[in-house]
Amino acid sequence: MPMNAARGSLLGIEHLEAAEILKILKFARRMNPDRPRPLLKGKRVLLLFYEASTRTRSSFEIAAKALGAHTVLVQAAGSSIEKGESLLDTGYTVRAVGADVIVIRHPNAGAPHVMAQHIDVPVINAGDGLHEHPSQALLDAYTILRNKKSFKGLQVAIVGDIFHSRVARSASHLLSKFGVKIILCGPEELVPEVAATLAPGIRVTRHIEDALRGTDVVMLLRVQKERLSGLKIDLPEYIARYQMTPARLKMAKKDAVVMHPGPIIRGLELTSEIADGAQSRILEEVRNGVPTRMAILARAVGRMR
Amino acid sequence: MRDKTKPGSSLLIKGGHLMDPGARVDAPMDVLLKDGRVAEVAAPNKIRGAADEKFDARGLMVAPGFIDLHAHLREPGQGHKETIATGTAAAAAGGFTSVCTMPNTAPVVDSAEWVEWLRQSERGAVVNVFPIAAATRASKGVTLTDFRALQRSGAVAVTDDGRPILEDAIMREALVLGGELNFPVVQHAEDTRMTENCSMHAGARSFRLGLRGMTAAAEASVVERDVHLAMQIPNARLHVAHVSTADALKGVRRGKRAKARVTCEVTPHHFTLTDEDVRDYDSNYKMNPPLRSASDIEAIVVALADGTVDAIATDHAPHALHEKQMEFERAAFGITGLETALGLAIAKLHREKRIPLARIVELFTAGPARCFDLRGRGSLARGSVADVTIFDPKKRWTFDAAKSLSKSKNTPFDGWQLQGKVVATIVGGTIVYQ
Repeated sequence: MPMNAARGSLLGIEHLEAAEILKILKFARRMNPDRPRPLLKGKRVLLLFYEASTRTRSSFEIAAKALGAHTVLVQAAGSSIEKGESLLDTGYTVRAVGADVIVIRHPNAGAPHVMAQHIDVPVINAGDGLHEHPSQALLDAYTILRNKKSFKGLQVAIVGDIFHSRVARSASHLLSKFGVKIILCGPEELVPEVAATLAPGIRVTRHIEDALRGTDVVMLLRVQKERLSGLKIDLPEYIARYQMTPARLKMAKKDAVVMHPGPIIRGLELTSEIADGAQSRILEEVRNGVPTRMAILARAVGRMR
Repeated sequence: MRDKTKPGSSLLIKGGHLMDPGARVDAPMDVLLKDGRVAEVAAPNKIRGAADEKFDARGLMVAPGFIDLHAHLREPGQGHKETIATGTAAAAAGGFTSVCTMPNTAPVVDSAEWVEWLRQSERGAVVNVFPIAAATRASKGVTLTDFRALQRSGAVAVTDDGRPILEDAIMREALVLGGELNFPVVQHAEDTRMTENCSMHAGARSFRLGLRGMTAAAEASVVERDVHLAMQIPNARLHVAHVSTADALKGVRRGKRAKARVTCEVTPHHFTLTDEDVRDYDSNYKMNPPLRSASDIEAIVVALADGTVDAIATDHAPHALHEKQMEFERAAFGITGLETALGLAIAKLHREKRIPLARIVELFTAGPARCFDLRGRGSLARGSVADVTIFDPKKRWTFDAAKSLSKSKNTPFDGWQLQGKVVATIVGGTIVYQ
């Protein structure tokens, strides 16, 4: 984390301590969007979105409003960003307008870090390029803890496009801090061997059976066609080897749950039976995003007590 | 080029230790410069007659003027980053008496007119400027430039640096024509088809940071191809710019063993930093080629010591703050390097890796002079051009980027303690930096 980042910033999971993560998760459990609490009363939360988003954006917005904050959404299209304003100039501008917290999503890794380095308000990373998506990892942890007693002894398989996934990076960092066994599964192009160096306790496999055996949580990822950058992926082959189907899911533990950060592509990384099945927690994840982000925002302004 | 020497003026450098690997001298010697040339080299106190000026070099190293084969001085067209005047001032402060300038300017230096323009005294150069011209028109890699006219106008080599000469047929044609003219072709070895959207070295670090990585193979494959061509084409002269990987060095070594005319250079940052140093998305660690792995550094150090590498070159690449202070992936490639090269070379290669000081001096002098046939330079043998660098190899000092003479301050070495400080830089017999 840059030395200059304002207190309360959330730039990534990698440098967050386990105790701090537990504090956020514990506080999130006390948050309820239907019972508003004015922890951010009078504060202005700037949502700076350089990239498309449905879940994360609406979830941060609802979370901020539930805490009494004003929210302003600035999107690349239709703002000065389109006219060529630099990242920092946009940052200085929204700060001058009166932003108390900046939530930023950006297609480039490290953009929130550059912002945090120069702007004196808390910066929350809502997804930066291929790098991290910390609020997603926290809401996934929250979801896991609601379905499993604790992280102790858990095995989590993350299947799919790990290389292009900021969700996979953040989730791996987070789960690793709690001793969870992490198995990354997919073809070489999407799951390079080097992925195992991300954090302790990570193993890479090419075989879905190997990934699922003894697994408590199956996290599926979308093949991110928009980020492939010329990489050719044989989709029928991918489906044949890695698509989550009811038959495959049987290889995991009986009480295994299926997660997915969305957006899901039915018929590709998973079938409809899986997406809508009893073991799916995909919509629960979306719901859990709101209290988790309420906790993140409360923490940003020093009200997570 | 401007001749700054007053006719008849003379300068006696007295009491220093002459380190002139090109002339195989490594001993206490006095050096007399007269009329822009080296008039006499003799044992201490043996030079008779009066000199107009004396320089007391006691306790200092006296070396041939350093030559940088690779600097981006940004003119024409990018004076907000650097000018010939500011870039050569920084060069002088770094001990360089000659800099070879890269043609990827705006417009690209692809004509004799622009080569001549670069050499005009109006540019305000304080050290010698040897332009390297574009190898293809506008460096687009399609049509060769007029090598003959460029050479005649004073260009010392051709390159499309900033990008590679990628097409096999064009590279072959360039090496054939260059061979006929005894004109080196400088390659920026990067298979850009493999490095699209990449901003650092491919490895554990790039994966962790979520940055797309350039593989070592993207560099080595181009070097392999070029060395192969150079081995086939009579007299072809290939110079590989900023070699950064162990695999690319293997290619160069293979060419040299086969007696092909292959030379190469390495930058100070590539023997000092690794991809693990890329942190906090600080774009002062972003350059092309990128910082590589620790094992690449090991291979580079071996190659610097054993003669596989011919020169240390800076790849001085100044950029304005607003071109660097942005998203890492969007920030410009490159760092400044003229003022830190010697201090890094001595601190890292000599003090840490035990490469003899004489070899390091060779990499700054005779080595680069040979790469581009810079006649009369790179040595202080009698009759040579009176370009001299005087430095204190033991002096430890802290580099302060804010005080750099370059127009730009984009360097990862701000605040670094370096060893080896330039005390005076003499160009054509005149002290231009002290």
